[in-house]
Amino acid sequence: MISVTICDKQYNIPEEGNLLKTLHKIKTTQNNSLTYRSGCRSGVCGSCAVRVNGVEKLACKTTIKAGDCVEPLKNIHIIKDLVVDLSNQKLSLNMAFANLEEKSDAIITPQDEKSIDLQSNCILCNSCYSSCPIYEVNKEFIGPFALTRAYRYVNDKKENKIQHKIDSVQKNGIWDCTLCGNCNMVCPEHIDIKNDIMMLRNKSAQLGYTDPNMGNFDSGFDTNLDFINQDLSSYGFNP
Amino acid sequence: MIDVLIIGSGGAGLSAALEAKKNGSSVVVVSKTYPTQSQTCQAQGGINGVLKKENSKDSINSHIQDTIKSAHLIGDDETIRFMCEQASDTIQWLDDIGVPFSRDTNNTIAQRKLGGASYSRACYSSDYTGLKILHTLYDNCLKENIEFFNESMLLNFIVENETIKGITTLDIKTCEVKQIVAKSIIVASGGYGAIYDGYTTNSNASTGDSIAAALRANVTIANMEYIQFHPTTLKENSILLSESARGEGGYLVTQDEERFVDELAPRDVVSRAIEEKIKAGFDVFLDLRHLGLEKIKEVMPQEYDLALQFAGLKLDCDLIPIKPSAHYTMGGIKTNVSCETNIKNLYAVGECSSNGVHGANRLGGNSLLEIITFGRFIGKMASEKSNTILLDKKLTSKQLELDINFIENIFLIPKEVDFYSIKKEMGTLFYNNVGLFRKEETLDKALEQVKIYRTKKELLGITDKSKIYNSNLKEYIEFLNMLELAETIILSAKNRTESRGAHYRVDYPKENKQFAKESIIVKIENNYKVELV
Repeated sequence: MISVTICDKQYNIPEEGNLLKTLHKIKTTQNNSLTYRSGCRSGVCGSCAVRVNGVEKLACKTTIKAGDCVEPLKNIHIIKDLVVDLSNQKLSLNMAFANLEEKSDAIITPQDEKSIDLQSNCILCNSCYSSCPIYEVNKEFIGPFALTRAYRYVNDKKENKIQHKIDSVQKNGIWDCTLCGNCNMVCPEHIDIKNDIMMLRNKSAQLGYTDPNMGNFDSGFDTNLDFINQDLSSYGFNP
Repeated sequence: MIDVLIIGSGGAGLSAALEAKKNGSSVVVVSKTYPTQSQTCQAQGGINGVLKKENSKDSINSHIQDTIKSAHLIGDDETIRFMCEQASDTIQWLDDIGVPFSRDTNNTIAQRKLGGASYSRACYSSDYTGLKILHTLYDNCLKENIEFFNESMLLNFIVENETIKGITTLDIKTCEVKQIVAKSIIVASGGYGAIYDGYTTNSNASTGDSIAAALRANVTIANMEYIQFHPTTLKENSILLSESARGEGGYLVTQDEERFVDELAPRDVVSRAIEEKIKAGFDVFLDLRHLGLEKIKEVMPQEYDLALQFAGLKLDCDLIPIKPSAHYTMGGIKTNVSCETNIKNLYAVGECSSNGVHGANRLGGNSLLEIITFGRFIGKMASEKSNTILLDKKLTSKQLELDINFIENIFLIPKEVDFYSIKKEMGTLFYNNVGLFRKEETLDKALEQVKIYRTKKELLGITDKSKIYNSNLKEYIEFLNMLELAETIILSAKNRTESRGAHYRVDYPKENKQFAKESIIVKIENNYKVELV
């Protein structure tokens, strides 16, 4: 027998093994109230993302070991146990206009298709939002998966409205990211989200945008926070 | 006011929603999960369609003939013809709305050959065709501002005078029972493979809820005995290893490394050969070692990852233990070529339906084609027809009250028998007795056992009494639905005293012309009857 902690409760389980199977075993034999989402059991539906010892994982692809601590995703309203509110998905994707807005007549080559292949493997599991330090303090931040999906369409030869997409990721978007790379570390599809955000910055620069933070460095130390005129509660503190 | 209400948010439901909305209707999609968590995301291989390409010998007629052959005379030729003729448009539409189909060197959509196809006609998006189609559809639904009621589970249909009026749902987040009234309703809620608990590639959500609700509302259902088993799924957990593994030259071997079957024979034939070996005490393995790491990583990267992550084995150096698992359910709500059921203004599309497009066996690459083609078709048709329907805004149906009482009562039943144990037991029972090899004796035993389960219904309670996101309650209702369908599957399998496609009877091993008909299930009071029509 080994002991594990799930949502602050300790459970004894026979041995280490697949986390999703373990959750199922505990629910059906020890605690019918234990609540989590699951679907495909094979890593493509994105429903079973949780945190194990503080790191975001898909339960179906993770082995649980003695002493492990399983918690729900962070930075998101917890409905019950490991189930979190997913309504942010729609808001974030809408902010980024993450869809094909106006189809071009461009010919698509194998290379064109390959260039958006990895980004379009995103399973919307929310792991990246849970790991994101900016989303933690600013819920208006468009956030990792929506920015990657925006880039997937910006980089899609089929899209005509690239300027509009680039316009829409400026505020609370690409420049707010600290490029810490947490999202890359936890993405189960190994999408290089940080690089996608940097690519969006490059594209923005080509279209005449500049990094708003750069100007502040020129004028000395500036936190970019307007202490007099802004509501700072959205930044997570009140000086 | 809802013109078109769609139950289910997989490829069929989202395609229907987009077309109905485009046609000017007010649309709502009710989903038991979230749209991108639907079963469609698991489709790997591709979507069939004959594209106009130079130097291609393929033709729409060839696609039709392949599909008819696979259906073993119980498909509907008109439905098959419609689907195959529309295939090129379907794929063009998907490409136009953003699906990143892989390209060939001529910069046209690349195609590959799947089992049972005379030519390379499956279009694909790298290793993730279903996932990319589903997410692109979802992106478009957000663009069109389509309304979703997520994590809302269908309880029952409200039918008056042979006409659909609305549905009742359970809001999983709050346990609230709601009535939703609509001019027309499209059911697109997937199959019932989860009955084979522990022995299926399907999502946990594929519990056939809408088919059970259809049965309760006297909507005709058909061909429930037809369940396709996939030959190569991981022994431990039924995770799918795609057909491409054998297509690329993989072997099937026993522990003595002896090959025992033509690996490229149809799915049902290969599955039965594997099962025979397992029943004779052998272990069966997929062997790709001779292909080498470079080729494996090039042509089947997803399979390489799946074997590594879910079995801890490497395709290039290990034998992979496999077993066949329930993969696709051909039966469901009976419709005609226009997705119409026997109830006015109620339509069904995709895996929950039985529209004659697959007959006795589904061809690889035809399910994605079916859900998008018929999803779009019925979305538009339901939208057009809804213009002539008056909405019954003040509908006072007894169903809402009945279902509120039903849910309240579940909280009151003391749990004397654990439904989770029965669900697991039923999965094994179905795999052994209603699986690849069927015979009267084992089917009778299964039926007897399912009837015993049904007598225990009053003793099956839940212990989670919370009204917030009660998955214990949701899974209990899903179990009741599966229990209801279980009996119809066995009765249909018993009634079909022949072997045809995916349905194989050890005691009747040959196809019999007299049975070239569909199994129609009729509910009379609390009993079911199967008729061949």
